Amino acid sequence: MVATTSNEPEVFPGNAAQVPVLRRHVLDLDDFTAEEITATLDNAAAMRAVLERDVKKVPALRGRVIVTLFYEASTRTRISFEEAGKILSADVINMTASASSIEKGESLLNTGLTLQAMGVDVIVVRHPHSGAPHFLARNLNNVAVINAGDGAHAHPTQGLLDLYTARDHLGELAGRKVVIVGDVLHSRVARSAVWGFAKAGSHVVLSGPPTLMPDPVAPGGWGSAGNNGVENPLANVTVDTNLDTAIEGADLVMALRLQSERQQRGFFPSLREYIRRWQVNDARMAHANPDALLMHPGPMNEGIEVSSSQAHGDRSLIEEQVTNGVAIRMALLYQLAGAAVAEN
Amino acid sequence: MADAHHNGPILIAGGRVIDPANGRDGAFDVLIADGLVKAVDRSIPADGLDQTARVIDASGLVVSPGFIDIHVHLREPGYEYKETIATGAEAAARGGFTTICAMPNTDPAIDNAAVVDYIANRAAGAPARVRAIGCVTKGRKGRELADMEELITAGVVAFSDDGDPVYDAGLMRLALTYSRDLGVPISNHCEDHELCPGGVMSEGWVSSRLGLAGIPAVAEEAMVARDISLTELTGGRLHLAHLSTAGSVAMVRQAKERGIAVTAEVCPHHLMLTEAWALGGKGDPNVAAGPMAYDTHTKVYPPLRSNADVAACVAGLADGTIDCVATDHAPHERVSKECTYHEAAFGISVLETALGTLMSTVHSGSISLPTLVERLTTGPARVMGNGFAQYASLTPGTPADLVLFDPDAGWTVDVNKFASMGRNTPLDGVTLRGRVGATVVGGRIVFEEPTVLNKGDVA
Repeated sequence: MVATTSNEPEVFPGNAAQVPVLRRHVLDLDDFTAEEITATLDNAAAMRAVLERDVKKVPALRGRVIVTLFYEASTRTRISFEEAGKILSADVINMTASASSIEKGESLLNTGLTLQAMGVDVIVVRHPHSGAPHFLARNLNNVAVINAGDGAHAHPTQGLLDLYTARDHLGELAGRKVVIVGDVLHSRVARSAVWGFAKAGSHVVLSGPPTLMPDPVAPGGWGSAGNNGVENPLANVTVDTNLDTAIEGADLVMALRLQSERQQRGFFPSLREYIRRWQVNDARMAHANPDALLMHPGPMNEGIEVSSSQAHGDRSLIEEQVTNGVAIRMALLYQLAGAAVAEN
Repeated sequence: MADAHHNGPILIAGGRVIDPANGRDGAFDVLIADGLVKAVDRSIPADGLDQTARVIDASGLVVSPGFIDIHVHLREPGYEYKETIATGAEAAARGGFTTICAMPNTDPAIDNAAVVDYIANRAAGAPARVRAIGCVTKGRKGRELADMEELITAGVVAFSDDGDPVYDAGLMRLALTYSRDLGVPISNHCEDHELCPGGVMSEGWVSSRLGLAGIPAVAEEAMVARDISLTELTGGRLHLAHLSTAGSVAMVRQAKERGIAVTAEVCPHHLMLTEAWALGGKGDPNVAAGPMAYDTHTKVYPPLRSNADVAACVAGLADGTIDCVATDHAPHERVSKECTYHEAAFGISVLETALGTLMSTVHSGSISLPTLVERLTTGPARVMGNGFAQYASLTPGTPADLVLFDPDAGWTVDVNKFASMGRNTPLDGVTLRGRVGATVVGGRIVFEEPTVLNKGDVA
């Protein structure tokens, strides 16, 4: 796929997987096929090898410009994208809402058009409003848009790194039981992970306070095939608000970050009660499969949604997730911006 | 296009006259002169008319009283960058509406006689009759009642704080009681804010997929229930604006069976479009949410709802539980919709697509054509009271407000051709069946579409 000449360094580390669809944007995993997800994870594996080298640099995106456009605070996601772009030799510019024309009232669209006019190739956007990346993608003809988290909607690169990490340890994901615990209603991380694991054929069980469970994504309810001519694309996703039963036989448990403002707004009575019912701890993990794994998207409230013993226990993949996040973002940036370099 | 200078008699010949006020549906000729309906008869010979008479061949067309829309937002005064009375009235004429009632969420709000007079002055000579609806509360602030009798004397035809509900139940009770002897309804926009914090679309499977905060059906139904009970208590005249849920329709049906003086309206979009339109596939519920998703033109209050809600609203309109259609025409300037779904303004520009949208219920066999015409003419007139009846019939001697339309003509919506300044509709590019051929107000042709009027044979 990528031509290399003898006097130039390797452009792509290893053989790039054939990506079935050359997509322009990464908005969410709901429009990824299972094959495309697999190809992306395969590419990330090659990128992971680069991360383990002494000199972490390949020229795959030389001459490409990436802007991270963040309307919300973020540390790990923004740095992860920046590192991914720089390792691939792209020029990465970071733009935050507090230090830009956004503060002067410029609209998202006009900011996007301005960046496009400057010749930016990829915009990585995080925004508090669901659908903001879709809005940019719809209105920008010459820029690739990557969703780095939009409102309560999606965080597709987090979903892919979760899948990568899970696949790395479990191998085949089809038929595995994945339990996602916590504030699923407001969690874009959970929403993307659900699509990813469901497309990989896992059985996903959502658990947490009934007030923080999302509505089903099709008429007919969770676990149904759909209704009224609407197909349920997540038919292998169910809800069990009792974590003690939900966790039975789980291969993977993902605990979500609990924002304290949810308690203040009355979604559950107290942190004490939350810990009693939904903390992932040793006693609960004992009901999962003996070699079940634990993931958390971070930042973690240690001692609330996850006990310290589990957060730092031998089943925890939390730090690996961070490393794999860089590899996934390298793979996506390559697939969006690098394929065009190769064609040129 | 419009034959604005023609002041002579008009003979509309060979059409299917649907005149619900007179129980008439059949082939009739209609003669108009001096601004009035002169005669409706099986056959009116053209050769007896004077030289200035114009004869319109209405074969293949429906001829009915002009449509009455008791719920539009004309944005003037205060928001003339969204719409003006002149452009809104022009859009009405194109949509077949001859009388439109402007909601008072202007700036200043319509809460005193001076604003009512201003609107009347701005509407003079407009291609549709424009009537004002007055505020229930001063400044639409929901704290104290507006000077209702002064507003009535100035000419308002109803009261509403539309855009917002009359939120305080005690104040709503006082409004219904105080207005009992004023002879006009109080139209309430039912929305319990506590049940839909930050909500931007219907709560359900689509909002769950898109991660958008939902507006559950109960946010409307809780206040519909409250207002029905208050109406029973006070003996006031309640009109429920823009019903959108199956539960609301059921409650209104039950209230009417119990003899409570409640009326209700439904918008064209709530009879055809569902929440699935927010996915970006023009209503296809099985599309993945790609770049076209989060179409801000689908953002409207009440929100587009489920298939079951649409079916219940259609059934309610068919059986008379819902008295009339009202457009809730809500024009917005471009930037109000060119943003994220969360930021976008609520509202759809409806006047020019209303008939084509509504005719989908006739073409599907859910509502008969005479019933639909009734819900656009005598239905809204009955809601508003006696002063409106004369505009809702083809009775000889009444003002000649008429519409001629082709119930089958297919056409593709192009917002760039709208008279309304509001180009905000999810129907842009969609093909509808049912199109206005001509609109007559007070005997004057205010709009005509030659391709419809002459069946493509432009003379």
